[in-house]
Order: sequence, then C-alpha cells, then structure tokens
Amino acid sequence: MKTLTVLSPTAILGYGFPVDSFQEGLKCNPDVIAVDAGSVDPGPYYLGAGVSFTDRAAVKRDLTLILTAARERGIPVFVGSAGGAGAKPHLDWTVEIIEEIAQEKDLSFKMAVIAADIDKDVLLKRLGSTEPLGPLPTLDAERVLASPHIVAQMGWEPFARAYREGADVIVAGRAYDPAVFAALAMEKGFDPGPALHMGKILECAAIAADPGSGRDCMVGILEEQGFRLFPTNPARRCTVRSVAAHSLYEKSNPWLLPGPGGLLDLRDVVYEQLDERTVRVTGSRHVHGEGEAYRIKLEGARPVGYRTLAIAGIRDPLMIKQLNEILEQVKAAAMDNFGTLGGRLNFLAYGLNGVMGALEPVSQAAHEVGLVIDAVADSQEAANTLCSFCRSTLLHYGYPGRVSTAGNLALPYSPSDIKAGPVFEFSIHHLLTTEPEEFFKPVVYQVGRKQG
Amino acid sequence: MNKQKLTELASVIRSKNSGPYELTFDIIFPDRAKFDLAVHSGVFVPELFARLYQVPLENVLGVVVYPPALAIKATILRPVVAGAVGDTDVYGAQQHGPLLDILV
Repeated sequence: MKTLTVLSPTAILGYGFPVDSFQEGLKCNPDVIAVDAGSVDPGPYYLGAGVSFTDRAAVKRDLTLILTAARERGIPVFVGSAGGAGAKPHLDWTVEIIEEIAQEKDLSFKMAVIAADIDKDVLLKRLGSTEPLGPLPTLDAERVLASPHIVAQMGWEPFARAYREGADVIVAGRAYDPAVFAALAMEKGFDPGPALHMGKILECAAIAADPGSGRDCMVGILEEQGFRLFPTNPARRCTVRSVAAHSLYEKSNPWLLPGPGGLLDLRDVVYEQLDERTVRVTGSRHVHGEGEAYRIKLEGARPVGYRTLAIAGIRDPLMIKQLNEILEQVKAAAMDNFGTLGGRLNFLAYGLNGVMGALEPVSQAAHEVGLVIDAVADSQEAANTLCSFCRSTLLHYGYPGRVSTAGNLALPYSPSDIKAGPVFEFSIHHLLTTEPEEFFKPVVYQVGRKQG
Repeated sequence: MNKQKLTELASVIRSKNSGPYELTFDIIFPDRAKFDLAVHSGVFVPELFARLYQVPLENVLGVVVYPPALAIKATILRPVVAGAVGDTDVYGAQQHGPLLDILV
C-alpha cells in the first residue's frame, strides 16, 4: 500500500519538543519533517513591526535538531510561516538562523526560500480582485500603503515546486498551515482531502493527543483512503475524541474549513481507534467548485501610534466602589489638558473587568484592583505625557468620601511608566483572487559545500 | 429534573480567537449521555450567548453541534479586534467565564 509519513516535531517552531520524542519520530522513517512557525494569534505587532514572536535561541535549538537529523537521513524539511508572521524580515531572520546552523554543524543542502510578501504596486492594481474576510472595509490604497508588510497565505503548490527543483530544505513565508504538511503528499499524487486534513491536525503537533501538548511530536501516516495519527511520546495517545475535538480548535465551523484553492469538507469523516494510541481518519474531502476562483488570504497590519503604560494597585474599598466614575473623570481631565495630542486612553481594571471589558457580565469588584493605564498617541512623547498625567492625577485624585489622603495608588515600580514602543492594528484580512503560482516563486540555492 | 451547572456536565469549556475578528467557544462533554442532555435541553441557542456577553443577537455568528467530538460550539463577533487599542485579551483565551454558570 502506498503511504507517506510526516513528522511534526512541534506546534510552532521555537516552542520546543523533547529530544526523545523526536528520536521516536525519526524511527518511523518520515518522508518529510514539516513544521509550522507562525500564527496571527499573538496579534498585529509582529507582522507590522517585522519581528518574530518566538525567541531566536529557541528557534535555533529546534532547527538544529531538525536539520542535523534530516541531513543525516536525507529527509526533506518544510518550514512554513517562517518567523511567525511570515513576511520578508521574518523569512530573512529564519534563513539567517538556518545558514548559521549549516555553518556550525557543517551541513550542506539545497535550500528553497519562498517569500509570501505581496508587492504593493501589484496589489494596488488588483484591489478589484479583493474582498474583505470579516467585518472590515473593502481594501483600498490607503490601507495597502499604510501597512508595512503585506503577506498572503500560500497553498501547497509553491512547496511542491521547490521540491521538484531539488530543494532539501524549504523555508516559506506565510503559508496556509495544513499546506506545509500536505505539500509532499500532493506532489506524490495523494488525495488532497486526507492530505490536507492530516496537515490541519499535524500543524498543531501533539495538541490533538491526550494529554495534548504543542511542544511534543506527532506522526501522521497518509494512506490511499485516509490517514493514521499517533504521538511519538508514549505518555500521550490519540483518541477518537482528542482528534475529533481538534477540528474545533480556533475555527468557527468544524465541518467546513476554507483554504487556498478550495474547501476541506469534514462532514463525512469517520474517526476510528486503531490501537491504544493510534486513530485512523477517513472520509475527508477537498472540494473545489467548477470554475471557482483560486483565492488566497492577505494579511497586513498598520501602525497606529506609540504606547506608554503604567501599572498600579488599588486596595481602598471606598475608591474601588467609585472606580468607574473616577476613571471617567480622570480621562475627561486628561482630554481637557492634552486633548490636542490626539491620543487614546484606556484603563484596564483587573478585579473589575480587566479581562473581559465590555463582555463582562459581573459588576461586583474584587477587594483589590490592578489598574493598567494605557496611553496610545501619535508619538512616544505624547503617549508619555498622557500616561504621566493620568498616573499623577489618579494618585492624588480627591474623590468623594476619600479618607486616604496621602495617595490612591500602590505603584510597584520606579520608574512607574513603561514605554512600550510602536503599536499596530490589523489592517488587511482580505481574500485575493489569483492563480496558484502567480506569487510565491521559490529561490533555490546551495547552502554549505556541494557534496560529491 | 433538577438543573445542573455546566461545569458538572462538560469536561472542556474554553474560548479562543477564530481569526482576529471572531471569538469562538467550545463546550466539550465527556460522554454521549451528557452531550445529548445538553443538546436536547434547548439551552444552547444564539440568544443565550447574546445575553451572557451582552452583545446584539446578530453578533452571534452561529451555534454548532459537533457530535464527533461531543461538542457544542458558538462563535461571536469580537467587540474589539484582536490586539487593537482597547482589546483586553489578544488570544481571546479567557472569555469563557460566563459559560461556567450556565444551567442545563
């Protein structure tokens, strides 16, 4: 029977994995080691600022283990959404780490680098081929020009192309997570439904196991009719429940999962317990409507200013009882004094509604409140000014019935105000109609000494 | 039959982003009987989530029953986009609190 084995060492490159689990995974003779390095979950800053949310030393540790083992055994390595957000600076950062490892470990291989950045001039001409994916406006030139890095999630096709061009190691910018794991299978002619569904689960490594973990290895074996899944750590197992429950994770509809070039239809999927630790999945289908356009998801973030914040504790029950009113008054005073700075002020009152904000149904405050004064303005200086004004005004604010006239805030730090730097917001979350290989051209080159 | 708190019925009650614009809630039950009880109770309707989170009904994007995982899933529009100024929970991972007290 034709099979293809994929080893997924970790849910996010840089989150780590136990060496023993990885060794167990290698014993399964994987056809490819695939790893997803990204997510938009950490928020807009990382894409906007071109910074990775994972730590360099941690990414280097994971990649060192993966690359040395893979080169020893001749196993291809596919990395998707390099550096977290998968834009050029993130991709460059990852490539630099890989080249550093190759030099230190004396490794040589053919590497393909696939950028996911969408050229702004190209996009500006194609605004009519975009549509919002969610409650945000139609894409216009202003949004495009304001967003420093615009990426699109590539499908499996660019990975397959790089593989055909002889790459041993493929490092891609932003990619549709399952595509990284399914690409080799697609290239080898496997049914896209099971291949992509297996990829959807493997991209989170052992999260779909019981107990679940994002920093432990999972193996998927693709067959002609479906696939088998098991974690390599004997302390975990895959159960029908743990695997089925994973389709819920971070998705609004567990039955239909849209991706580049089609839809993963899981309505007829059957999960079956093969042995204590292995689950077989059959019935996954990939559907692509006749004449339906090939669409990719664009992502972008734009700068909105600079942040300064201060953290303070409040333990006085008289003040806590009136906290909402006091904060409103302080905000009004700040705007009265510095409204021309055009900044925005938010108070997060932990112990009141700091976690849930407007969604919080409980109105009763705790006996102490942790307050974050959050000032965002056009410049760091303006944010400093707003934050400082709020902190000092609150510290000495004379609210009705006040008995603690020496000060209202327990400030844990000196300095009390923290400059948090540039702030971004998501600006682009749109679909673009294209062709599978219009963008995402692999650049293939030799790393290290050429063998033979 | 007496009503039970959801924490006594469900084994997983969680919230998370589903992309930067949506917040999705998963309620997973440990066995078929408890799952069936919850599904047939008629409690898990869009109105419940609108009331618990004080959002307009049209901001409740769907309530889905998912038998393969013995799960009920609901998705609402985020009041603030993930990571935007004024957001309180970038990952959306701590918005499940009001679900814990649901009576079934």
